[in-house]
Amino acid sequence: MTEPRANGPIIEMRNVTRIIGDAIPTTLVRNIGLSIAHGEFIAITGPSGSGKSSLLYLLGLLDVPTEGEVLIEGEPVSGLDETERAAVRLETLGFIFQFHFLLPEFTALQNVMLPMRALGRWNEEECRDRAHRLLASLGLADHSHKRPEQLSGGQRQRVAIARALANEPLVILADEPTGNLDSASSEQVLRIFRRLVDETGRAIIMVTHDLNLAARTDRQVRVVDGQIVAAT
Amino acid sequence: MRLSFEIALTHVLTRVRQTLVGMLGVAMGVGFSVLMAAIMEGSQNDFTRQLVDALPHITVSDERREPPRQPAEDVYSDVSYAGLRTPETRPGIKNPFALMDAIEPGLSGSLAPSAQVRAVIRFAGRDTAAVVTGIDIERETEVSKLATQVRQGKLGDLATASNGIILGDRLASRIGARIGNTITLVSGVGQTLSCTVVGLSHTGIAQNDETQATVLLKTAQILAGQTGLVNAIRIRVDEIMQARAIASRIEAQTGYKSVSWQEANEDLLSTFEIRNFVMYTVVGAILLVASFGTYNIISTITHEKTRDIAILKSLGFTEGTVRRIFLLEALMIGLAGTLIGWGLGYALCQAFETIEFKSPFMDVTHMPMEYSPLHYGLAGLVALASSVIAGFLPARKASRANPVDIIRGAS
Repeated sequence: MTEPRANGPIIEMRNVTRIIGDAIPTTLVRNIGLSIAHGEFIAITGPSGSGKSSLLYLLGLLDVPTEGEVLIEGEPVSGLDETERAAVRLETLGFIFQFHFLLPEFTALQNVMLPMRALGRWNEEECRDRAHRLLASLGLADHSHKRPEQLSGGQRQRVAIARALANEPLVILADEPTGNLDSASSEQVLRIFRRLVDETGRAIIMVTHDLNLAARTDRQVRVVDGQIVAAT
Repeated sequence: MRLSFEIALTHVLTRVRQTLVGMLGVAMGVGFSVLMAAIMEGSQNDFTRQLVDALPHITVSDERREPPRQPAEDVYSDVSYAGLRTPETRPGIKNPFALMDAIEPGLSGSLAPSAQVRAVIRFAGRDTAAVVTGIDIERETEVSKLATQVRQGKLGDLATASNGIILGDRLASRIGARIGNTITLVSGVGQTLSCTVVGLSHTGIAQNDETQATVLLKTAQILAGQTGLVNAIRIRVDEIMQARAIASRIEAQTGYKSVSWQEANEDLLSTFEIRNFVMYTVVGAILLVASFGTYNIISTITHEKTRDIAILKSLGFTEGTVRRIFLLEALMIGLAGTLIGWGLGYALCQAFETIEFKSPFMDVTHMPMEYSPLHYGLAGLVALASSVIAGFLPARKASRANPVDIIRGAS
């Protein structure tokens, strides 16, 4: 997974439509086609309620399309059952949300180790080393034994990034990752993202309503009323 | 599995307040269930003991339920007899010791022979009717509480004095006799015997204390004018509820009328049934209420973790793993609560047992408590089961929910 193949899209949506509700059906996204290449950093923008987060959750297999399919490295994954999708999430996808969503009872280190231990690829000692290195690479070497409540907002978000990177995912999905941060911390997060894309060839898909932030990615996709209206 | 366990343990250990509240909730339920079960069954057993111990569990007497069949009845089916006078027989059980030897093997309990004689006590110029019971001291202590009911003097004194007699305390005060006095007994067959009062007994049942006198078996036999007389064998069984079955077995074996305590107290037995029903209802209700309390607390704790469930799922934990984590948490809290509850229940029982009841008619008694592993097991089982269900249902609901809904709800 560390050396992604260069040819073909890393993650792809084909004609994806998502409708929720039985009594009053609401269309979240309609007929979306989207293809993201290795080493691409893209932004999904759009007004509130446009369906940009729904799009991200569909890409992240947290939600299942009503029609169409999601493919990772050419393999259709949206039709898998819950357990298999969980396995794909664990191994190939990393999530970052607007709120850090760290488990409050665990230290930064333990939070980062959780996905590694669930995957079971490394032993306890290796997990600890890897988590330490990840936190250090994000400038949190001195904070690894603090609980989330002892960290600042920016630090928490960086721990969340470390956790998303824990299992060396192919794709990182970020839902308004800077929505709760001051401008200095936002800047830091963005620089980390840039570095990840450039150095490791991972793809990052970031939902944001901040157009200045979006402008610094490789490609912007604008979603309005559940449809892609403009892509650069 | 180890990861699930560690996550669950971390949750339980770091959320101290919640864990304590949960554990205490479970502990209260278990503790009070145990206490109530102990009180109910204790008082029930006390009631049974009072009822059962007033009489021997089984009395085999020298009577028969029906007159013996006439040989002619066996030969001619149409023959009927009326007003037939059966030949006089010597009173008493024939060959009592052979009969006792026949009954004893296969009987879980003990038995004692006795001879009852009606007699008149003549003392200080007054005659008073009494029932004189002849006993075997060693065997008697195994079937009745007489040894503990002798207040002044002791049961053994019967053997040391010549013609010793123990009087019911009310009988003694009625005739004005004290220990050391010599009284005269006159039996129905005309035997006269001088006896020395060696003790006073107190059973707590007024009727007995006013009429009962106890002597050695051989003294009673002399009084009855019939050596070797035994007209009742009293049996104490280990399983009191089996008394009826044992009695009918003995009756079939020997032909003598055997009356179990159940038969003697048939009218009281329906009360018994009702009391049993009341006991089970009360204990059941308390277990139910306690299990609801447990359910409430555990399910609240799990509900508060809904967000964590969504996070774990988004990280790639499966529904099953997430469910297991919360099930384990519920189990840990339930288990710890049960252990504390057992301690609490035991301590409460001990405290209740020190409560004293003073009554002018009885001796000081303590609150009767029953200590039974069944109470602890049942209360623990119900608490654990409701903890598991209380952990399982909300965890299942939360783990099935789309994490998106929960994550969105939080932001």
